[in-house]
Amino acid sequence: MIHTDICIIGAGPVGLFAVFEAGLLKMRCHLIDALPVVGGQLAEIYPQKPIYDIPGAPAIIAEDLVNNLMRQIEEFKPGFTLGERVEALEKQDDGSFIVRTNEGTGVHCQVVVIAAGLGSFEPRKPAVEQLEYFEGKGVHYMVKKPEQFRNRKVVLAGGGDSALDWTIFLADVAERVTLVHRGDTFRGAPDSAEKVYELAGKGKIDLILQSQVNKLGGNGVLKEVSVLGNDKSLITIPTDDFIPLFGLSPKLGPIADWNLGVEKSAVVVDTFDYSTNVERIYAIGDINTYPGKLKLILCGFHEAAIMMQSAFKYVYPDQKLSFKYTTVNGVNPF
Amino acid sequence: MINIFIENDLGERQALEVPTDMGFNLMELLKAYEYDIQATCGGMALCATCHIEVLEGKENLPESNDQELDTLDTLPNADANSRLSCQLRPSPAMDGLVFRLKALQEA
Ligand SMILES: Cc1cc2nc3c(=O)[nH]c(=O)nc-3n(C[C@H](O)[C@H](O)[C@H](O)COP(=O)(O)OP(=O)(O)OC[C@H]3O[C@@H](n4cnc5c(N)ncnc54)[C@H](O)[C@@H]3O)c2cc1C
Ligand code: FES
Repeated sequence: MIHTDICIIGAGPVGLFAVFEAGLLKMRCHLIDALPVVGGQLAEIYPQKPIYDIPGAPAIIAEDLVNNLMRQIEEFKPGFTLGERVEALEKQDDGSFIVRTNEGTGVHCQVVVIAAGLGSFEPRKPAVEQLEYFEGKGVHYMVKKPEQFRNRKVVLAGGGDSALDWTIFLADVAERVTLVHRGDTFRGAPDSAEKVYELAGKGKIDLILQSQVNKLGGNGVLKEVSVLGNDKSLITIPTDDFIPLFGLSPKLGPIADWNLGVEKSAVVVDTFDYSTNVERIYAIGDINTYPGKLKLILCGFHEAAIMMQSAFKYVYPDQKLSFKYTTVNGVNPF
Repeated sequence: MINIFIENDLGERQALEVPTDMGFNLMELLKAYEYDIQATCGGMALCATCHIEVLEGKENLPESNDQELDTLDTLPNADANSRLSCQLRPSPAMDGLVFRLKALQEA
């Protein structure tokens, strides 16, 4: 069990900045995100786009903003659990919470901050027969540990950058790599596409274009995939692992079941301190709603500052908080 | 004013009257008609949540640009008839277009 003062669900820009505001008040944070990287929408949807409305930064590339936010909170040594989705909140007798993920991680905390944006980013699943049956038995939607594919037969599907990148990487790790793509050209980075064609030309990987995986087979564990060509031809390929890589799309997911007044996929909060209808649970950033709400990073930052002042009473019930400017005390690392 | 048609899963077609002089793209128009599409990126061809399948009239549409094609590649069920509705601006050439809202099935 991980113990912390504040557990933040979502490591998007708003969750990250909340660590800074908590740190100024000497409260420790642990963040959980379903994505394997920090940055939320900035990392998943638009890493290379400039943002123009961050005060003091006339234009900043999304990825750079995320890196800066990480630098700004380094001193407060937040904990991270990435690549896991928060499933449940368990209230304890003393008012504190245990936050649990789909992989069994537990975080004990005094305050829960939901900074979940549009919801957790979940893999887009292709329409493949038996796909869900073979999840955990050979079907993977992310490559978390490439070593697990050593000396195995792997089929990847997709035509974007991650399908290309992992095909190239796994070509040296797996026994055999096959990439299946519905089109006949790749749109991903030209270098990577070039490399994939080259590997296929040298016979180091199998490239099956104009085709889609349509069915999985096996006996308890995955043994083969069927590949349907655009010309209706059907072939079967023996395989140990199938990795469909079609990007991620946000889903509200479990948050909808926590009895927190949800309106149009957002959590209703009190603008006094961005608290929800459950004591010790706050919601900030794109995930919350109130009259006049604007889904902007800057608004999420403001909400983080206000809510942390309110959360202080649960972490330090015996102390009174008197507001000072950050420049009065400076930033004091843990 | 042109007419375009949305076909639902039962094969029924709804006609939409579309002005061609308002500068709306097709995604914004679908939102205005209160179709429940996410359009997370606000029309930047980044999120793929405004995916449509063109059933009739594909030949009258302008070609997809690179960004649209890149984004369509992230969809498992995209095919040669797939477009991102945010990248289509209604014009007289689009009169009679028939499409299905794939984004609703993906949500
Ligand atoms: C194309 C585009 C351009 C934009 N441009 C701008 C701009 O110029 N300026 C601006 O201010 N804003 C812009 N925005 C909006 C901005 O990106 C959002 O306001 C901002 O990302 C919200 O931050 P957040 O931290 O609240 O949520 P998010 O960035 O959505 O992060 C939330 C995180 O929570 C995680 N999560 C959710 N549920 C769970 C769960 N149950 N378990 C684990 N993890 C979970 C998600 O995986 C995600 O990583 C833009 C958005 C898009 C899509
Ligand atoms: S609205 Fe995002 S791709 Fe069209």
